[in-house]
Amino acid sequence: MGEQRNFRVWRGDDNGGQLEDFQVEVNDGEVVLDIIHRLQATQAPDLAVRWNCKAGKCGSCSMEINGKPRLGCMTRMSTFAPEETVTVTPLRTFPVIRDLVTDVSFNYQKARELPAFAPPADVAPGEYRMQQIDVERSQEFRKCIECFLCQNVCHVIRDHEDNKQAFSGPRFFIRAAELDMHPLDTRTDRKDAAVEEQGIGYCNITKCCTEVCPEHIKITDNAIIPMKERAVDRRYDPIAWLGSKIFRREQLDKPAGYATAGVATAPRPNAGTADTPVEQAAAHGAQGDISANWHREAAAGHAAPVGPDGKLPVTEFTGQLAGAQSPFGDDVEFPMPATDINYQHPNRPDEH
Amino acid sequence: MTTTATRPAGQRPRAAIAAKTLRTDRWWLAPLLTVSLLTLWVAYATVRAFMQDLYWVPDYHYLTPFYSPCVSTGCAPESAEFGRFLPNWPIIPFAAVTLPFLLLFRLTCYYYRRAYYRSFWASPPACAVPDGHRNYSGETRFPLIFQNAHRYFFYAAVLISLINTWDAIVAFHGKGGGFGFGLGNIVLLVNVVMLWAYTLSCHSCRHIIGGRLKHFSKHPVRYRAWGFVSKLNGKHMQLAWITLGTLMLTDAYVMAVAAGWISDLRFFH
Repeated sequence: MGEQRNFRVWRGDDNGGQLEDFQVEVNDGEVVLDIIHRLQATQAPDLAVRWNCKAGKCGSCSMEINGKPRLGCMTRMSTFAPEETVTVTPLRTFPVIRDLVTDVSFNYQKARELPAFAPPADVAPGEYRMQQIDVERSQEFRKCIECFLCQNVCHVIRDHEDNKQAFSGPRFFIRAAELDMHPLDTRTDRKDAAVEEQGIGYCNITKCCTEVCPEHIKITDNAIIPMKERAVDRRYDPIAWLGSKIFRREQLDKPAGYATAGVATAPRPNAGTADTPVEQAAAHGAQGDISANWHREAAAGHAAPVGPDGKLPVTEFTGQLAGAQSPFGDDVEFPMPATDINYQHPNRPDEH
Repeated sequence: MTTTATRPAGQRPRAAIAAKTLRTDRWWLAPLLTVSLLTLWVAYATVRAFMQDLYWVPDYHYLTPFYSPCVSTGCAPESAEFGRFLPNWPIIPFAAVTLPFLLLFRLTCYYYRRAYYRSFWASPPACAVPDGHRNYSGETRFPLIFQNAHRYFFYAAVLISLINTWDAIVAFHGKGGGFGFGLGNIVLLVNVVMLWAYTLSCHSCRHIIGGRLKHFSKHPVRYRAWGFVSKLNGKHMQLAWITLGTLMLTDAYVMAVAAGWISDLRFFH
C-alpha cells in the first residue's frame, strides 16, 4: 500500500488552462508516468498524455516535471521528498494541443529542411563499407530518441518564438554533425548549411540540451562545438581556408568507397550478357573463398514520393503511401531472382 | 466518439502557464557562485597586473605568471628573460604582451562562454528559466561573432604556455647561483602542468588536432592525439576553474615570498 502524495498537473488546451491539484497514491518503484496513469484511471479520465514504451526509448512522454524537462517514464518518484508537491506541465516551447500533449511538428518541419544522407553516386545500397573508427562519432548521435527535450529547453526558441524560423535546434545540429562526420557522405555544403539554414550561430553553448538529454548524448561538446569549429574552418579562418587549398584536403577526405576498386565501385553486370555473377566473381581475382556476391544487380534507386514542394509528406495521412518505402524499391516483386541476392551458400560456392 | 487525427491548422498558442519557471531547486546558486568567483578573481588579477611590484624573487628566480614574460623597462633585469622593450608606465602591465591574449583566450573559451552567458548575461540564467532579454541573436552578429576567433587565441595560449614552462625551468635556482629546489618550484610546476592541461583540453585544440577529419582510419596518429585531447576536453570546465585557482595561488605565493611575509621552504640550496 502506497502513500498519498500531492500532484499539480496543468489542464487545458489552446484556449487556456490552469494547474489542478490532486492527491494521489504513490507506490514504491513508481515513476511520474505511472502516477499520471493512475490519475487517468481514478480522478481525471480525460487527462491527455502522450506515451508509448515506458522504457525511455520512444521519446513520447516528454513533459516538464517541477519545471525541468524530463521523460515522465524515467523520473522516479523516489527522487522527490514525500511532502513535496510534484508539478507536471506540458512542454513550453511548442503549441499545446491538450493537457500534457503538445504539437511538436516544428521539429518535423526542421527535419525535412535538413539535406539527407548523400552516399557516393556509384556505391549501391548494401555495398557501403566503412571502418568502425570512422563511424563511431556519428553513432553516438544515432542514440537520439527524438523526445525533443533539447529542443524544448533551448532558450533560443523557448524564450524567443521569433527565432523559430531561423533556428533548427540541438536535435538537428547533432543530425547535421552526424552526416558531416559520416565517412560516406559526399555533401560538402553541410558546414555552410549549418550556419545559413540551421542558424548554429544562435547557439551560445549554454549546454542545457546536454543537461536534459535522457540518452546522455554529449550534444554540445561532440556535435555543436565541432560543427561550429568546422564552420569556422570554412567561413572565418583564413589560414584553414588557405591550407585546404594548398594541401588539397578535399582529396584526402573523399569517401572510402572512391578508392577501392573491385568492391564498391565495380561495374555492374549488364542483364542479358554472358556475365553471370559466378564468372564475375571468378574474374574478380584469386580470392578463393568469396563469401558474398558483390556483383549482384542492385535494385536501382527509386525517387522518393515527394509532393509538389519537393518534400516527403509529414504523415501517412497526407501521403500516397501507407508506411515507409520498401528498401528494395516499391515495384520489386518477391521472391527476387536468386542471382540478385547478395548471399552465397558456404558449402555450395557455385550456387547463388 | 473517437477524435481522428487532424492536420495542424495554423499557429496555435503555447500552454498558458503563469509561473515563469516551476523549478523548485536552487537553480540560482550556480550563476551566483560563478559571478562571485569570477568577479573576485578578475579584481585580484587586475590589482596584481597593475601593481608592478612583488612579482619576482631574486634569490630563487621565481617569477609570477602574471608578469611573464616581463618585458617592460621597469622589470628587474634578471627577471626579463625575453628582453625589455615596453615603456615603464603605470598603466602598462609588465606582461602587456601576453595578458590581453590570455584574457581573450579565456573570454572566447567555450566553457567560459557558457559560464558568463548564464551568470553575467542571464541568457539563460539556468535551464528552463527564462532568458532575461527581449531579443536574442546569439553569436550571429558583431561583436559576438568574433567568438569564432577562439582558435587564434588558442595558438597564442600555446606560445604563452611555453614561456611559462621556461619560467618554471629557470626557477630551479639556488641562493647565490647554481641549482636550487624549493616549495616555490613545486607551486610553479603544478601551475604549469595545469595550464598545459587547460590549454590542450580546449575545444578548438580538439578540432585542430583531429576533430576536423572525416576519416580517422586514414590518420591513425591524429586519431590517437584526438582521443587524448578528447579525454582532457571532458574535464575542460574543471581545468578552467583549477587553473584560475593555481594562477592565483602561484601569484600569491610569489608575492608573499617576494614581500618577505613568508620564507620559501627550501629542499636544496
